[in-house]
Amino acid sequence: MSATLFTNARLIDPEAGTDTPGSLLVEGGRITGRDVAAPGAETVDCGGKCLAPGIVDIGVKVCEPGERHKESYRSAGRAAAAGGVTTMVTRPDTLPVIDTPEVLEFVHRRANDATPVHVRPMAALTKGSEGREMTEIGFLLDAGAVAFSDCDRVVTNTKVFSRALTYARSLGALVVAHPQEPGLSAGAAVTSGKFATLRGLPAVSPMAERMGLDRDIALLEMTGAKYHADQITTARALPALERAKANGLDITAGVSIHHLTLNEFDVADYRTFFKVKPPLRSEDDRLAVIEAVKTGLIDVISSMHTPQDEESKRLPFEEAASGAVALETLLPAAMRLYQAGLLDLPTLFRAMALNPAKRLGLDTGRLSAGAPADLVLFDPDKPFVMDRYTLQSKSKNTPFDGARMQGRVLGTWVDGERVFG
Amino acid sequence: MGFTDRHLLGIEHLSPLAITEILDLADSYVALNRAPSKHADALRGLTQVNMFFENSTRTQASFELAGKRLGADVMNMSMQTSSIKKGETLIDTAMTLNAMRPDLLVVRHPHAGSVALLAQKVTCAVLNAGDGRHEHPTQALLDALTIRRRKGRLHRLSIAICGDIAHSRVARSNIMLLGKMENRVRLVGPPTLMPSGVADLGVEVYDDMREGLRDVDVVMMLRLQKERMDGGFIPSEREFFHRYGLDHEKLAHAKEDAIVMHPAPMNRGVEIDGDLADDINRSVIQEQVEMGVAVRMAAMDLLARNARAAAREGVMA
Repeated sequence: MSATLFTNARLIDPEAGTDTPGSLLVEGGRITGRDVAAPGAETVDCGGKCLAPGIVDIGVKVCEPGERHKESYRSAGRAAAAGGVTTMVTRPDTLPVIDTPEVLEFVHRRANDATPVHVRPMAALTKGSEGREMTEIGFLLDAGAVAFSDCDRVVTNTKVFSRALTYARSLGALVVAHPQEPGLSAGAAVTSGKFATLRGLPAVSPMAERMGLDRDIALLEMTGAKYHADQITTARALPALERAKANGLDITAGVSIHHLTLNEFDVADYRTFFKVKPPLRSEDDRLAVIEAVKTGLIDVISSMHTPQDEESKRLPFEEAASGAVALETLLPAAMRLYQAGLLDLPTLFRAMALNPAKRLGLDTGRLSAGAPADLVLFDPDKPFVMDRYTLQSKSKNTPFDGARMQGRVLGTWVDGERVFG
Repeated sequence: MGFTDRHLLGIEHLSPLAITEILDLADSYVALNRAPSKHADALRGLTQVNMFFENSTRTQASFELAGKRLGADVMNMSMQTSSIKKGETLIDTAMTLNAMRPDLLVVRHPHAGSVALLAQKVTCAVLNAGDGRHEHPTQALLDALTIRRRKGRLHRLSIAICGDIAHSRVARSNIMLLGKMENRVRLVGPPTLMPSGVADLGVEVYDDMREGLRDVDVVMMLRLQKERMDGGFIPSEREFFHRYGLDHEKLAHAKEDAIVMHPAPMNRGVEIDGDLADDINRSVIQEQVEMGVAVRMAAMDLLARNARAAAREGVMA
């Protein structure tokens, strides 16, 4: 059995909450020990850089089937490896929507052939994500779905949603929802406030997120389902989330890296690469959400990787498509929070690796003995200027183009195999 | 710095000095427009294209006349009936047009920011004739010219902008221009027609019209933009008129010599009483139309001068 010893590392252990120098032994694709001697093992000298569990990214959009010109499994896999993402949890909002076990199996097979990292697919919660009838949740689970989501399409019919939640609960399936009051947010391109008014753009109040979350929490009380809010981006939604957790509901929440590192003003003069869904929020919201990640109220940080081609972005802001690619910028953007002293590295990897893995029932995201050797080696300080044309993703729609960033991935390992660096 | 920009996309980035420069030049064009022979040759040999992606009669006519009086060759393109319907993107349209080498492009578009987007892709000067709810700079400039000529100054005035603020690019451009020139701006209207965060723009917000009009020098009415409303902003037009329509009774709360403005077209009996709109002692609505031509002449003249200056610098460099 092949053994690799990672020496001279700064070990970021989100489970223990520690950031300590040490070494890590990997045997047969699994972590087997820490700070142990392993004569005969191949050694990787980490040069004092950070070794952390690989990122588990919930909500990656790969545009297969339907729009392979925007992102294929091959390109997404390369991007993930380059970004230190060892597990992509993919979204079903493709063309067509992944809502049958047949399509899921086909996609899953393609994905695992084409990518060096783990791919765990999510499936649609309702057929065609149209919010009318639930999908074959049982069959889809058997086919490998790790969660069920209609992505940013809110199931508006509460009867349909409550039945889907009830049914999902009976199977122990996780439902990932997008908390948003769709009436209030219809047509909105930015968050409401002075900036939206100055730019003359249609806006949505942050209250729409809180209303969506309130509704979902009421349905959770009713059904007892296992629920994850994909993105909580506003201060106003946090007290409701906190209460729901205190009341013992099976609820977790995520946030995208963009909402943690950018705010509404970054849109500036209608820069469509900054158009995401939900829209970038105020600075107060951003800081409140960072604090919630720190306390653990928000569990998960995701890239919400959403490839869009030039044609869908080179349009007037209102007409431009939403979303940003982020598999490769997730880690350097997260380092902004570290460099600013807002979040330490174990906290960041708790939200980027440990918590998402736990929530999905995966045994990765840890540095403990027995865990799969899904690892990322990175230099948190290395400065660089982001050039979007260097991205592995087929689509280059990153809001960080031209930005000064710090933090570079030096190597990525999946099941002990080096897939990048 | 005066007005040295390549494009006129909005009031937001103009300095008070640039605004004054445009207005001063416009003043001279008012005189020209009143003379029997109305021809000047500031734009002689230049091609001006009016691209309107949104219906407009008066603004387009005003730009057309302004260009013709300065000797430009003017072409009107009504984009609602053209290739946009065939699926061509805004940028492709802009590039195609750019290849025909126009000198001045006057653009109106239903989406905020689209005129600025287009300006990035063309080599000629671009004039924003209204982009969504964002800006309509020549309207604010012509309003400013009207006020300055009537009141003898464009500072330390109290000005109420009333009605449908939320959907109005005219309101946004005016708030910025009047603020830059150090006036007190009040916004008056039902809260459903007030955009979010508006109180942070350095204005006072009123939902009671009589209170909002108290002792103001200028009352600026806005058109109720029924076509931009997707339902339910006001209960009915008659209730809106009752509470926010300008009539002699409500106007009595303003200063005795307060003037009444409206960017037109008007909805008589909705935001403004018909008799008041026609009252030559109070209403300056026709004068605004006249100032419009002069301001647009001035803006295009200056843009052409800036382009020539840039070309000279290019040669020297």
